[in-house]
Amino acid sequence: MSLRFRERDGVRLAALVMAGASAAALAGLPSAMDSGVLRVCADPDNAPFSTRDGSGFENRIASLMADALGAELRYYWWPQRRGFVRNTLDAGVCDVVMGVPAHSEAVLTTPPYYRAGYMFAYRADRVSALTSYDDPRLRTLRIGVPLVGNDMAATPPGNALAHRGIADNVIGYVPLGTVPVGQRMIEALGEGTIDIALVWAPQAGYFAHREPFEVKLVPAIDTRAREAQAFDMAVGVRRGDTALRETLTRTLERIRPQIEAVLREYDVPVGDAQRVWASARTP
Amino acid sequence: MRLAVLAACAVAGAMANAASPGTNDGDWPMPGRDYAATRFSPLTDINASNVATLRPAFTFSTGVLRGHEAAPIVVNGTMYIVTPYPNIVYALDLSKPGAPVKWKYEPHPSASAQGVACCDVVNRGATWDSGRIFFNTLDDQTIALDASSGKQLWRTKLGEISNGETMTMAPLVVKGKVLVGNSGGEYGVRGWLTALDASTGKQVWRAYSTGPDSEVLIGSKFQPHYQSDKGKDLGVSTWPGTAWKIGGGTVWGFVTYDPQADLLYYGTANPGPWNPEQRPGDNKWTAGIFAREPDTGEAHWFYQWSPHDMHDYDGINENILIDLGDGASARKVLVHPDRNGYIYVVDRASGQVISATPYAAITTSTGVDLETGKLKYAPDKIPKDGTVVRDICPASPGAKDWQPAAYSPRTKLVYIPHQNLCQDAVTSQANYISGTPYVGAEVRMKPGPGGHRGEFAAFDPVNARIAWKIDEDLPVWSGALVTAGDVVFYGTMDGWFKAVDARDGKPLWQFKTGSGVIGQPVSYRGPDGKQYIAILSGVGGWAGALVSGDLDTRDGTAALGFVNVLPDLKDKTTKGGMLYVFALP
Repeated sequence: MSLRFRERDGVRLAALVMAGASAAALAGLPSAMDSGVLRVCADPDNAPFSTRDGSGFENRIASLMADALGAELRYYWWPQRRGFVRNTLDAGVCDVVMGVPAHSEAVLTTPPYYRAGYMFAYRADRVSALTSYDDPRLRTLRIGVPLVGNDMAATPPGNALAHRGIADNVIGYVPLGTVPVGQRMIEALGEGTIDIALVWAPQAGYFAHREPFEVKLVPAIDTRAREAQAFDMAVGVRRGDTALRETLTRTLERIRPQIEAVLREYDVPVGDAQRVWASARTP
Repeated sequence: MRLAVLAACAVAGAMANAASPGTNDGDWPMPGRDYAATRFSPLTDINASNVATLRPAFTFSTGVLRGHEAAPIVVNGTMYIVTPYPNIVYALDLSKPGAPVKWKYEPHPSASAQGVACCDVVNRGATWDSGRIFFNTLDDQTIALDASSGKQLWRTKLGEISNGETMTMAPLVVKGKVLVGNSGGEYGVRGWLTALDASTGKQVWRAYSTGPDSEVLIGSKFQPHYQSDKGKDLGVSTWPGTAWKIGGGTVWGFVTYDPQADLLYYGTANPGPWNPEQRPGDNKWTAGIFAREPDTGEAHWFYQWSPHDMHDYDGINENILIDLGDGASARKVLVHPDRNGYIYVVDRASGQVISATPYAAITTSTGVDLETGKLKYAPDKIPKDGTVVRDICPASPGAKDWQPAAYSPRTKLVYIPHQNLCQDAVTSQANYISGTPYVGAEVRMKPGPGGHRGEFAAFDPVNARIAWKIDEDLPVWSGALVTAGDVVFYGTMDGWFKAVDARDGKPLWQFKTGSGVIGQPVSYRGPDGKQYIAILSGVGGWAGALVSGDLDTRDGTAALGFVNVLPDLKDKTTKGGMLYVFALP
């Protein structure tokens, strides 16, 4: 149950060896990064976040982390559905999951490495300057919203529209299926089956930039909502594994410039959008 | 022996139903035993005065650790068991000492189906008909086996797990048709009941629970009793836009059949996957009951237990077919204990509600208007995001979930295993699916009034009142069995298998099995002529998933809120599937 690192992380790792061992003993699971391996659980088919070929942006950030730690990166693939944390982190087959909401109850999280919200996405040649849930055009345009897959639960855009009595012209996109929900919604803009898509920002940016038509992306903030409009996204570890969280926290801090470069490369909205989300309500 | 003859006469006289052809009174050919799903055994050897001496005759380990909800099926000296995922079927030879395995069949369902099923990877049983065994797999296949050899006759794939669709229910076989339905409404699965040709596995018809009349199989014979169910294409117009296409109303409960009326009866699940605010309207034909012809699937009537459901009150609970009163004046009814807290007595020819009696604590509604048929919702318990709504009773699993009740034509009582749970709905922490965060309306369940979490109740459908009830510490998640010996059997989640007096609920016998009991007890006559009682032990299901699925008791919202109300279950039982069979010495 000892942690063996290369010299790169020096003295700090000695403390980690002990703290990590006790946390793992508490959880009754193998300790993190045994033999210098960073074990990450990820969905094998969830672009742009993670894909089996390692080309998702969360894959890239996990690689950066492993490199900084001098650890070998090893994946355990599991579809991100009900029971994901239970079947991955809690089952002891890995120690890290990427891209979880900060302060999630299911895992222990690092400080966030990006912040995002949902975005209005529409074809610039069909819709002009739509920026608010209170725009009267939302009563007649066809709007796509993502659905969650839990009874009684909804995404912030779903609630924002429902509160305004906008329902008849709303088309729901279910979370499961063979094509990622963000891709299906952006493609629907191209096909003309919807006029506006409300898409989680990383999916909106990534898929919008891969279409031949110009997609306008505007942060969608419901200023009247009592619920979260922006989410901090972090790295998750098993509850109780405070040692690994501390290690990853320091690592993320060190590689922050590289992470931001990856986010930009994948068109995760930054810049103006980040300024909007900075003041938006969080969970 | 004289008692047995009398009992058999009483059964034949009182019930319109019969067990499936080719079986005898000592068999148990389908989970509900007969088409009426009475779960009444006409056997009388075991009775209230001798049941105290009941003891194990043999046991059998299924080798599977998840929740065991299936009924053992017994026909012609062989017992058939289907396990939870991976849905192994065992045939046990009851003619030999210790009932050795006669054959075993492994369908090898897709492993990814496990991540789709909402409430543990259960299976509610196989069905025997004309020398064949029919069952469903979690990954949406219906399979027919030769009952004597275990050889596969056909397998038909009916849905896609990649879309969130699973199958957990037990088929019913009627007039050469295998009736099966789907699960997964929370993922936007559109519910259906499908009839397959029992000989070939080919689809004969499919009736959807939402959408245009042509796809719901509503035609000229459709004559619902209430005005709110009359009109063209209500499965479209009672939804916003195209929401009906992903509207839920799955069909995962037990199906019953009245051969004289030639009608099937089954319930539809809650509307989904939207939250209630996103789907204004009655959301037909979810959270209700259909009566259909088995040959064509054509609907005769529908009634909606919970229009525009807001509390996850699936309407799938069983509809037990009984005759109220004697002789020519008998009224043919069905009895349905719903998740919304009312036990309904419904005229099964017309769909008219005769009575709707509370059998649990109810705060979400104030009653059922028998003129209009409408459930009267309590406005202060309507869930709203951003606010905490406390003391929602019943909780989401309802006053009773899937666990089937039994009816005795001798005592004329319905025996209902159920829970006593309420919940607070709170705006949750951030959660996510497929990388997409959201804020959910998460629930934390808690014990209902009295502090106990389960009840076992006897309901008198003639006088529409509870005759007696037993308080249980844990939710009673097992089915019920009643025998002509006037003994009722059920199990508890901490592993006790119990017998009580059918007349007054007096405890008569109990046995501690290896794991929590959430299965369906059955009774049969063995090849040796003796009466046996059989039950699968093996905790799990929605209520028991924190043990079978190794959930974390620190997360009160896990298992969709169940963990909060059962933090002690892990201390009270461990997982493991085992058959127990009991007999008199």
